[in-house]
Amino acid sequence: MRSKTPAYPYIVWMAIFIIIPVILVFYYAFTKTESGGMVFTLENFARAFEPIYLGVMWRSIRLAFFCTVICLVLGYPVAYIVAQRKTGTRDIILFLIIVPMWMNFLLRTYAWLTILEQNGIINSVLASAGLPKLNLLYNEGAVILGMVYNFLPFMILPIHTILKKTDLSLVEAAQDLGANGINVFLRVVFPLSVPGVISGITMVFMPAVTAFIISNLLGGKQVVLIGNLIEDQFLNVYNWHFGSALSVILMIIIVITIGIFSVAERDEGGAVL
Amino acid sequence: MAKRLIDLVNVTKKFNDVTVLHNISLYINKNEFLTLLGPSGCGKTTTLRIIAGFEYPTKGDLLFDGESILNLPPYKRRVNTVFQRYALFPHLNVADNIAFGLRIKKMRENVIKEKVEGMLKLVNLKGFEKRPVSSLSGGQQQRIAIARALVNEPEVLLLDEPLGALDLKLRKEMQIELKNMQQKLGITFVYVTHDQEEALTMSDTIAVMNNGVIGQIGAPEDIYNEPKNAFIADFIGESNIIEGIMREDYLAEFAGAKFKCVDAGFGQMSGVDVVIRPEDIKITNESEGQLKGTVLNTTFKGVHYEMLVQAAGFVWKIHSTKMSKPGENVGLFIGPDEIHIMKKDAKPEGEVLNEE
Repeated sequence: MRSKTPAYPYIVWMAIFIIIPVILVFYYAFTKTESGGMVFTLENFARAFEPIYLGVMWRSIRLAFFCTVICLVLGYPVAYIVAQRKTGTRDIILFLIIVPMWMNFLLRTYAWLTILEQNGIINSVLASAGLPKLNLLYNEGAVILGMVYNFLPFMILPIHTILKKTDLSLVEAAQDLGANGINVFLRVVFPLSVPGVISGITMVFMPAVTAFIISNLLGGKQVVLIGNLIEDQFLNVYNWHFGSALSVILMIIIVITIGIFSVAERDEGGAVL
Repeated sequence: MAKRLIDLVNVTKKFNDVTVLHNISLYINKNEFLTLLGPSGCGKTTTLRIIAGFEYPTKGDLLFDGESILNLPPYKRRVNTVFQRYALFPHLNVADNIAFGLRIKKMRENVIKEKVEGMLKLVNLKGFEKRPVSSLSGGQQQRIAIARALVNEPEVLLLDEPLGALDLKLRKEMQIELKNMQQKLGITFVYVTHDQEEALTMSDTIAVMNNGVIGQIGAPEDIYNEPKNAFIADFIGESNIIEGIMREDYLAEFAGAKFKCVDAGFGQMSGVDVVIRPEDIKITNESEGQLKGTVLNTTFKGVHYEMLVQAAGFVWKIHSTKMSKPGENVGLFIGPDEIHIMKKDAKPEGEVLNEE
């Protein structure tokens, strides 16, 4: 029998930083503060389903969905091209993709402010060319741009990892059986890379649906996401109960999404990451 | 008269600065079972890949039915390949793997179904349609790979060491099955292997390759009985190779004795290599042999015993169904028909080699 002792520090760590916070979130979500004591209630959830909050949730899912689709459309070709390169070139390109991630997330997002704002780089160029200024900030487009920019590497890397491992003999076998370039891709390369695509989608959708800093900075008060609602409840309104209820709903959204994707992944018979 | 289907004309292939094929010329007849035989790294797989279209020769031409197909991409060539590691598509089941080529040709689904069933019957895997390929054994995957190639009714089937990963018994069964299939379907087979026994069993013609050159090409019997040089003699079957001198036509001298033989035309007193197959040396009483020696070692090999006999400064390998004990003094007798004389340092490089 192998000793289980070495696992204890990890279990303690998990308990302190994951399990207890989750229990607390659930506790707050199902209670309200009444005359100094905590009382069980479902009011918080009932409130979350009021149209105004449903609207926010729908927007979060919608923007995260667009962000994921754009990341996939941009990321797959990049991953494919990189995987075709020789090892040296490949490492350099991958390095360049990863380098921005070494910068602080906030800094990266602030950088977009200076590019997009009223007197930012793009509008300065437009103005000097005698063109009218554009409102590039504080709309859904700006938020999606920020999300895509920040999360694109999470799409490229898992797809690249799996494409890099594509068995060349399968490509040759397909050519041998009469498949031209397009057919080789559609019938062999892409189907085999589906597990990578699924983990890419999961890794982009999750941070996108929970995003709140990007929407704060680039969306201002115009684009409120579920993450912003939760932040507000905890830091400004001090209604931890409602904030927790929203968090629980967000968790459920994520669990459902992961569930859908992992079923899809199992059907494809592959796994990655 | 047999019809030439594939012609390799003075093909040279270099990878960077390494030349893997030196000016090879070879033709393959319609309905022929041709085997490219040689040790690993001899260029046999490269030759096959040039025919399939996965490699482009540095120099030379490749004709199919008399027309150059060098600039035809693999997917347009009328050949199909059975890959060394099968290369079955892991995301498709057995039926979809076999149907791959037919679907690309946009055949009707009911025709495809019929053809797939026919193929599975041919390779003895009826009822395996829906199985994922990962659930199949090596031998079954092998059969699917063959079925997947054959269903396209290629004019030429290229096989790259297709039986290499199978165990001995299965390999022997598959050898016979492949040969039967080839005869039944009347398809030209180009078969790559390093297994000389496999080559001898299955082929109509064997091309022995070494260091990027075809050393000899001919029927299995000819290659076995009349190897052109010491390398081929050594590679095809086991043999005793001894340096000797041709004293005159029909008289060779080696191992300190003179032997009558059936070879002529080497000139007088010329240095030659003498090849004698282990089964062609007879062990006799000490007094009756042309050479006298002592048995060093005896090993039971199943069908025969293998004896190592020290005689006249050489260790002779001898196969016989009669056992001689180690330490026994024996005589060795070699008949004129059993002695095969080869020119020394036979260099076939650059020669245009034909089958006859």
